[in-house]
Amino acid sequence: MYQFDFAKPKTLDDLKALREGEAEVQYLAGGMTLIATLKQRLAMPELLVDISAIDDLKGLSKTADGLKIGALTKHADVASNADVKNTIPTLAKLAGMIGDPQVRNRGTLGGSVANNDPSADYPAAVLALKGTIHTENRSITADDFFVDLFETALDEGELLTAIEVKTPTRASYQKFANPASRYAIAGVFVADLGGGDVRVAVTGAGPCVYRLKDFEAALAKDFSVDAIKGLEVSADGLNEDVHASPDYRADLVKTLTMRAVKELTD
Amino acid sequence: MQVSFTLNGKPINADIDPRTLLVEFLRDQQSLTGTHVGCETSQCGACNVLLDGVPVKSCSLLMVQLDGCDVISIEGLASGETLHPMQQAFHENHGLQCGFCTPGMVIAGIGIYQRHGDAVTEETVREELEGNLCRCTGYHNIVQSVLAGAKAMAAAEKGA
Ligand SMILES: Cc1cc2nc3c(=O)[nH]c(=O)nc-3n(C[C@H](O)[C@H](O)[C@H](O)COP(=O)(O)OP(=O)(O)OC[C@H]3O[C@@H](n4cnc5c(N)ncnc54)[C@H](O)[C@@H]3O)c2cc1C
Ligand code: FES
Ligand code: FES
Repeated sequence: MYQFDFAKPKTLDDLKALREGEAEVQYLAGGMTLIATLKQRLAMPELLVDISAIDDLKGLSKTADGLKIGALTKHADVASNADVKNTIPTLAKLAGMIGDPQVRNRGTLGGSVANNDPSADYPAAVLALKGTIHTENRSITADDFFVDLFETALDEGELLTAIEVKTPTRASYQKFANPASRYAIAGVFVADLGGGDVRVAVTGAGPCVYRLKDFEAALAKDFSVDAIKGLEVSADGLNEDVHASPDYRADLVKTLTMRAVKELTD
Repeated sequence: MQVSFTLNGKPINADIDPRTLLVEFLRDQQSLTGTHVGCETSQCGACNVLLDGVPVKSCSLLMVQLDGCDVISIEGLASGETLHPMQQAFHENHGLQCGFCTPGMVIAGIGIYQRHGDAVTEETVREELEGNLCRCTGYHNIVQSVLAGAKAMAAAEKGA
């Protein structure tokens, strides 16, 4: 690791004061991504700011039409929280599929979403559940938030504080996990939000989470496997690595989408 | 930087470089070499410790994150000569061969018991050992050990 200074503010005001200093700041939440990055010398912060003691970033509550989850909420807590299990069980299930128990005991929702790893699970849920990403001074829709490979709409130093998602009438997340890392080689989140609003969000397959809009339109008209059987997923621009080719990923995405719809209609 | 925390029940005040990992501190500065380093990339679980009661990977934790926390390493589980029930279960069920993965497996097993109690199924144990690698045993006896350890931990709690 390169040398860095360290601070652990207790409030957002203390954090603000640190940001106004000379040093370039990087936030540390669960560290499940960032500490590995520091070890590889791929990150070189002057001041590492541990945000884990800031109470304003914690908490989980029901909203009129969904859930609001603090940025610091750990994967293990989303997986086991009674409100999440009752209102959006698919989200609890997804959180329980991230990595392994030790990773879930440290990693946070905010860290995962801010990082926008192309194979991360949460971005698919946040995009499919019409999520809103809150920062200290604005709210960004999920459609605008996930920009590109590891790139989000967050400005330099902008802090993600909480995420809101809507409760679907039914939803399913299907993941084809890399057997070693558990990251998604492809993952598909299908959410029926009611009133003909269906969303299909894909992670792992491309450089950034995206929606399958033709599948959404077909499912909005007729929520059945038959309605999407004839559609194709384009392999253009999908990821190519040792695990899978773009064509294979395109095929996986269609299969996973059909599995999700089948699970919800059987 | 100054860090104060509890390690195996003992208060520790350390002046450390912010880059120090917990596993480095345990092994190099405390000579607690029961916590192993298999990968250093948070894949293998050989470095698992209990942080405020729950299993985490100590190769992916900075010491400076620990101020005010409670850490228990494998050395802190036994009471005197009496092994922790999960350790005893590994002993009785031949849950190890070379022993390299064992400290991490024992800690992971304790986490599994905490989440699921003694009614935990074999399938759940296999699933939740996802973050622990063993190059020797083929896992079978490790799974049996965790199942037996969960029963023993429940019995010990009832007895206590
Ligand atoms: C072995 C292993 C397996 C994994 N498997 C999976 C998997 O299957 N699926 C999956 O989705 N993920 C997986 N992960 C990643 C894991 O979910 C991470 O926890 C997550 O990506 C990052 O969260 P964190 O809280 O650890 O963030 P950190 O590592 O602390 O931070 C990550 C990045 O986000 C920034 N950041 C953190 N919080 C905020 C905030 N509130 N506002 C602005 N920026 C912020 C940091 O500055 C940093 O750049 C795995 C990780 C490991 C080590
Ligand atoms: S050494 Fe920490 S997980 Fe392998
Ligand atoms: S007993 Fe040798 S690595 Fe598990």
